[in-house]
Amino acid sequence: MALTGAVRVTDATGSPQAPAPPRGTKRGDGRAASAFLLPGAIGFVAFTAFPIVASLVMSFFDWPVLGDPSFIGFGNFVELFTTDPVFTTALLNTAVFVLLYVPVNIVVSMGLAVWISPRIVGRRYYRVLFFVPAVTPMVGNAVVFGLLYTPRGLIDSVFQTLFGVSAPNFLGSSAWALPAVVLMSVWQGFGYNLLVFSAALDAVPPSLTEAAAIDGAGPVRQFFSVVLPLMSPSLFFATVLTLISSFQVFVQPYILTGGGPGNSTTTLVMYLYQSGFQNFRLGFASAIAWVLFVIIMVLTAIQFLGQKKWVHYDQ
Amino acid sequence: MTSEALGTRSPGLTADDGGAGTPDGARPAGGVVPQRRRRRPPVVSQLLLTLALLLFLAPLGWMVLSSLKSAGEIFTTPPELFGESLLFSNYSNALDFLPFGRFMLNTAFVAVTGTVITLVTSALSAYAFARLRFKGRDSLFLVYLGTLMVPQEVVVVPMFLIMNQLGWINTFQALVLPWAFTAFGTFLLRQFFLTIPKELEESARIDGAGHWRILTQIIVPIAAPAFAVLAVFTFITYWNSFLWPLIVTNDVTTTTVPLGLNLFLGQNGQAWNLLMAAATISMAPTALLVLLLQRYLVKGIALSGLGGR
Repeated sequence: MALTGAVRVTDATGSPQAPAPPRGTKRGDGRAASAFLLPGAIGFVAFTAFPIVASLVMSFFDWPVLGDPSFIGFGNFVELFTTDPVFTTALLNTAVFVLLYVPVNIVVSMGLAVWISPRIVGRRYYRVLFFVPAVTPMVGNAVVFGLLYTPRGLIDSVFQTLFGVSAPNFLGSSAWALPAVVLMSVWQGFGYNLLVFSAALDAVPPSLTEAAAIDGAGPVRQFFSVVLPLMSPSLFFATVLTLISSFQVFVQPYILTGGGPGNSTTTLVMYLYQSGFQNFRLGFASAIAWVLFVIIMVLTAIQFLGQKKWVHYDQ
Repeated sequence: MTSEALGTRSPGLTADDGGAGTPDGARPAGGVVPQRRRRRPPVVSQLLLTLALLLFLAPLGWMVLSSLKSAGEIFTTPPELFGESLLFSNYSNALDFLPFGRFMLNTAFVAVTGTVITLVTSALSAYAFARLRFKGRDSLFLVYLGTLMVPQEVVVVPMFLIMNQLGWINTFQALVLPWAFTAFGTFLLRQFFLTIPKELEESARIDGAGHWRILTQIIVPIAAPAFAVLAVFTFITYWNSFLWPLIVTNDVTTTTVPLGLNLFLGQNGQAWNLLMAAATISMAPTALLVLLLQRYLVKGIALSGLGGR
């Protein structure tokens, strides 16, 4: 299969290649290994491993920027889940965002990947153009959608011209703001999965769909019974990554709505940012980060357990 | 099979990439089979697809068109594509308001430095994990792997304190170093190194080449596509990064492009024509990069499964 990313993740934990034949090296390469690992490892410990541990520790503290931190046990977590209304809202908003964003992203990217079939002339250019907003700065993408969504902006203007009525005030209405953020995010982000699925589709041997066609399967049946199972590892991998990244949504609401109106588009990461870097409650912000991390871990684990039912790794 | 595929197909992609290496339908086996059916070109399908693409690109087109209008021509009903004249002066006005040239230089410096450090340290660690035998290798690799799952948000808070402690607020090293040592590059390159057959190194080893020479003269050239992918994506990630610069930078001397655009929005957000000029300036570099490197990127996504963002 083309997309062995997910497969390889599982490979990597074992030792995919047997240890080198004893011919070349008599003993281990300990000294060379430490020389090769050292530059990366210093940075890894200082900027990855240590901060992860520190973040967990901090989440049990009341930790102001100035002044002394004090240990409060599960205090931050208790506050988050019992007395903090904004956190509950942020959690809910994030869940709604994920539930809307992930399926729409997957369906759109899969649909377009199929649509841009080998019969389309210049398919490479279609693919890469759909991919452009995925690599331009998110701030820019969001600012552009601000001009589309704003009253008297492009969408409103089209509405008035065609229907004679104003469009909803997308970003100013608590009912519309979150869907508007989702729409902008899908527009921006589905290009990645489009490329992933395109590569997977190209790797499906045409002889198999041919055979299914001879057996009388229509295009729809061919897709769901032959193609989709064959590309299930890519679909699985893309879903896992899309889910993880969608829980981290921040820039889009930050730029488009500032979390409003009210708190209707405040997401977990946005609340983390506000708590840590506007209200300077660093321990509290760390606690939010760990809630986010645990949610992501649990959902990823569930997906990995569930994949046995529908993901086919063998040809 | 694996070794043959790699040996003959020069620095091809993953040894098992099937047809994914040629994404534009030029596959020898794929395109030939459906001889009898489906010969006519799908005109309607292509037309609708083009319409969908144009609709998709409309926001970006509207950005560029709006960046060339006067302030009074931004909001019109019905929408007008062009104003009275094309005001290219909006771009110089936007640049006068905030020094986007400087921001671009800052961002390029941060992105290039970060990419170079990432490539070098990842290559060294990946070589150790893929080719050297040492005690605790697999458990150490598991630790690296485990951190891949940790979202950036988990580390930003303590990272901010570390930067503060080091006096690195508003410095380039604060923008570069924290993200130059993540496990991702090591992981990606290690996986690629493992697909390179060891036999290729045997003769060099017999000639007395050390690990350094094997890495630089044999592995790196073969793994060039993997390095290219890692480089492009690391560069783009640095270029677009927003949350971290927002936390550690509040000075023009280290402001990056996305941060600059945010600043512009905050100070001059009602001047939509200038804002769109600034947005166009901010988005052009990575958009062009992708259009130029499209072949690599499409392959790279397949190679690394860098999807899902």
